Amino acid sequence: MARAKTSRVVPGQGLPLSESRGVRATLIAIAVVFFIFFLLLPLIVVFAEALRRGLHAYWTGLGDPETLAAIRLTVLTAILVVPINTVFGIAAAWAITKFSFAGKNLLITLIDVPFSVSPVIGGMVFVLLFGLPGVLGPWLAAHDIKIIFAVPGVIIATLFVTLPFVARELIPLMQKQGTDQEEAAIMLGANGLQTFLRITLPNIKWGLLYGVLLCNGRAIGEFGAVAVVSGHIMGLTNTMPLHVEVLYNDFNFVGAFAVASLLVMMAFATLVLKTVLESRTASSSPSLP
Amino acid sequence: MEIAVKNLSKRFEHLTVLDRVNLQIQDKEFIGLLGPSGSGKTTLLRILAGLECADNGTVEIDGRDSNSLSLDERRIGFVFQHYALFNHMTVFQNVAFGLQVKPRQARKSNVAIAQRVRELLGLVQLQAFEDRFPAQLSGGQRQRVALARTLAIEPKVLLLDEPFGALDAKVRVELRRSLREIHDTAGLTTVFVTHDREEALDLADRVAIMNHGIIEQVGTPVEVYDAPKSPFVFDFLGHTNSIDCVVRDGKAYLGKSQLGLEEVVRDGPAVAFVRPHDVLLARADRAQTNTGTRLPGTALVRFISALGQRAVAELLYERRLIEAELTRQTLQELGLQVGSKCTISLRHARVYARHEAEEQTRVAERAAVRPRKRRRFRDRLSTLR
Repeated sequence: MARAKTSRVVPGQGLPLSESRGVRATLIAIAVVFFIFFLLLPLIVVFAEALRRGLHAYWTGLGDPETLAAIRLTVLTAILVVPINTVFGIAAAWAITKFSFAGKNLLITLIDVPFSVSPVIGGMVFVLLFGLPGVLGPWLAAHDIKIIFAVPGVIIATLFVTLPFVARELIPLMQKQGTDQEEAAIMLGANGLQTFLRITLPNIKWGLLYGVLLCNGRAIGEFGAVAVVSGHIMGLTNTMPLHVEVLYNDFNFVGAFAVASLLVMMAFATLVLKTVLESRTASSSPSLP
Repeated sequence: MEIAVKNLSKRFEHLTVLDRVNLQIQDKEFIGLLGPSGSGKTTLLRILAGLECADNGTVEIDGRDSNSLSLDERRIGFVFQHYALFNHMTVFQNVAFGLQVKPRQARKSNVAIAQRVRELLGLVQLQAFEDRFPAQLSGGQRQRVALARTLAIEPKVLLLDEPFGALDAKVRVELRRSLREIHDTAGLTTVFVTHDREEALDLADRVAIMNHGIIEQVGTPVEVYDAPKSPFVFDFLGHTNSIDCVVRDGKAYLGKSQLGLEEVVRDGPAVAFVRPHDVLLARADRAQTNTGTRLPGTALVRFISALGQRAVAELLYERRLIEAELTRQTLQELGLQVGSKCTISLRHARVYARHEAEEQTRVAERAAVRPRKRRRFRDRLSTLR
């Protein structure tokens, strides 16, 4: 390059930037183009497609009984799954970080399984376990219990996929906090429940909320595992993401994008809350020596 | 309350942390557990508190096995090394915690609790800080909150883990005094852990010196300082000069001079330990007037540092360095300067068999708590050899 490298000191940073203006412009341009094409445009397309036939068509699309059923199922799934996994996550993190026992490392590894296997495999496992040809299938059929291709299957698959979120969020946090404060509480005469409610829980509340939020986001948006176990029965076992696919394959683009836009808005709400929580988490952990 | 520790052992994996420890603590006594890091003192304290279980042995409180006592009967207060304050609670809430978690029938009314909390905050002089959070306090203030919080449950026994470890020197001495006062007025039995010998000797009625999971010696500060039973205790309690000597017929000799022998040691190679302030100097060209055992020949003054009223002289004698501590006035009277010659007399030397002493000082040197100055001195010593 003809121009010599110019060292510039940015006021307030004090660090010399050695890249020339041309290089910087190119890098920024690449980043902006990338951002527009892969993040912004898809979002715009979702809303543009959903509203292409006007607001009325949008509302009609959302008001369709089968769409409403899908929304209901998704909400039901989240309402059941999030509390269950929250309780499990707290219990697992509490056990792992505050006690030492045989098989602890195995438990930590097992908690990560849903993250490391493909969600489709997660769904398959439950089909093989509860499906008619599966291990428990004949017994379930004999007792007239339907899990696969029914609502319980959807919920179980979602439980599996979203299991690690709360525990994963809490374990590092609780490890960092150690057991000093709990021990202090016990020495002051608090029992186990008082120690948990008054000491442990307040210390982890922001991290916990963050984990719950991530868990909720995934519970609403899960596709792969649920697709395998649900059987796509319209109005019965279709969740919102599955319903989007069905509508799209039926060339009902407005309907598909209307539901998709709802999912996007839920995701946005999650992101905003997450950002707020992150700043709270950062500010609420005062540094102690 | 009387506490009797009987044959207490504890292992972590393959490491023996406590090895058949016995300790008798009298009612209202103030005991310091002193030792280098890794000596097992904190583990012993945590077992006394019931936070850790011993593998073997028992802790008896007023003659009853502590495992059979409920937390309420034990009445033990514990102050943690880093205070373990509840960060999400104010100072007031921290102190009130122990009163609020009591079972309903034993709990006082909110008004009574608030009154008691303010009383305690008055005791530790933190009335003005009751609405602050721990993060907004200085180290010394946090320590006082931790103390007040523990005293709220009216313990009979107070256990403190390195209570002054994280504080600067001035605050440390102030807090020592107030802790001692609280101990005396509240009629507590107190056990504290420290690696600071000055703190232990200053504060405690009796000191238990620990090393490698055993208690090497228990006694009053004067007893352990004046009559250390082992080379480790001698070395751990203060600056030490070690001078090789030989024991013949139950008497220690350095060359032809006989040292005042204060410990019966078997014949053979031995080491005399002597404190710098027990190394007495006289000018080589004058008659010896000092008491103590005079060493043959003369020493060369290599270095003098004056610290306030005291002065420390480093002497080269028979190719080894000896540290002498004297007052500045004596130094002036003697007219010693770097390069002058002088004679040395030793007072209160203690003699230990050499293999024992070498083993123990190695242990002591490994401990991370030795004063830096002393280490520098030893480094020079080793380069000379």
